[in-house]
Amino acid sequence: MPGPSTPSQTVGPFFSIGLDRLNRANLAEGSAGERLVIHGRVLDGDGQSVPDAVLEIWQADADGRYHHPEHAGPQNDATPFFGFGRIPTDAQGQFSFTTIKPGPVHGPDGKPQAPHLQISLFMRGLLRQLVTRIYFPDEPLNASDPVLQIVPESRRDTLIARPTKHEQTTLEWNVCLQGGNETVFFDC
Amino acid sequence: MKPLLGYRKPAPGTQPSHLYPPYVSSIKRAPKQPLVAIPITLSEITGPAFPKEIASPNAFDLTRQHKGEPLGERIEVGGRVVDEDGRPVRHTLVEIWQANAAGRYLHKNDQHNAPLDPNFTGEGRTFTDEDGRYRFVTIRPGAYPWKNHYNAWRPQHIHFSLFGPAFATRLVTQMYFPGDPLLEFDPIFHSVPDEAARRRLISSFDWLSTEPDLSLGFRFDIVLRGRNATPMER
Repeated sequence: MPGPSTPSQTVGPFFSIGLDRLNRANLAEGSAGERLVIHGRVLDGDGQSVPDAVLEIWQADADGRYHHPEHAGPQNDATPFFGFGRIPTDAQGQFSFTTIKPGPVHGPDGKPQAPHLQISLFMRGLLRQLVTRIYFPDEPLNASDPVLQIVPESRRDTLIARPTKHEQTTLEWNVCLQGGNETVFFDC
Repeated sequence: MKPLLGYRKPAPGTQPSHLYPPYVSSIKRAPKQPLVAIPITLSEITGPAFPKEIASPNAFDLTRQHKGEPLGERIEVGGRVVDEDGRPVRHTLVEIWQANAAGRYLHKNDQHNAPLDPNFTGEGRTFTDEDGRYRFVTIRPGAYPWKNHYNAWRPQHIHFSLFGPAFATRLVTQMYFPGDPLLEFDPIFHSVPDEAARRRLISSFDWLSTEPDLSLGFRFDIVLRGRNATPMER
């Protein structure tokens, strides 16, 4: 037996050298579905912006299908949706990406999960990635989502993107690493 | 519906906690609330499978990305990527990045007063083969100072990023070199509590991949999370 999994180590401050090549801020390219822009900031325990973080997104397509062999069933081959994005924060700790709203994916009990994006977060200072999710506002399935239900009600809002005044198709979602609005991170 | 098989939790002490105060940057960036344990769903057991085209055939060789050859000790770094049951992780993307032989990164924020090398970028990528094997050709990176504490120096290391088959198997880590005297003093290395687990971050010198008159070989095997044998009960 090869032993337990290799320990994680931080990406450090210079990850852009190796990771920039796969940066992808438009996940929607060439795909069917409602287009959305999600933007926000990453903030540390002092409320300072984090300019050296990178987010990775993994999501299903508009029909709620992951482009992956373990998600058996018909794939929408006419408009294949890859579902991966990688977006570094800028000097102000801000990020922005375009995607489509995923459809509901079934949960462990067979009931649908609410539409969500899987997020991995890497940065200097993080010895291993943080895992979280972005859910959508005004989504009836949020009330029965098997993951949201486990999260204490007072903290659920940290996982739900907010509509912005300017446009219906633009949402805001911020990451607070610490503090009163600390984002919920998962052990999965 | 078929029950989902999740991925095993790490054995105690074999992964760093988010907060490790000797690594000062973790203090303001590690979450203070405990992580929320969630059931495994399709969202965690699926993940991206990248097309081969994103790694050009020469992207594994960091010494051939410029007109001339980079300065430094030429090395070959290779090994196998397997899961915790010893099964090869096939055709998975491996990305690496590193400092040059003088201990300087090609990055605007690296202020270390050591020379850049016009013939070295320090990035590579490749895919594992059918047997989980990968191979890079590069130069041995230099140690470099950082601001974590007085006279702090990072041991020589190469950053590795791997995906594996699922969102849950994503791993970013660092490979170190055997016999490096700086390891003993490095808080990032020591953030892993279990000594045996920590030592697995250190590559081994490898005669088999040492090429006569060309390069020294180092072997770095990587283990990604294995699958639960039975569905998770909740």
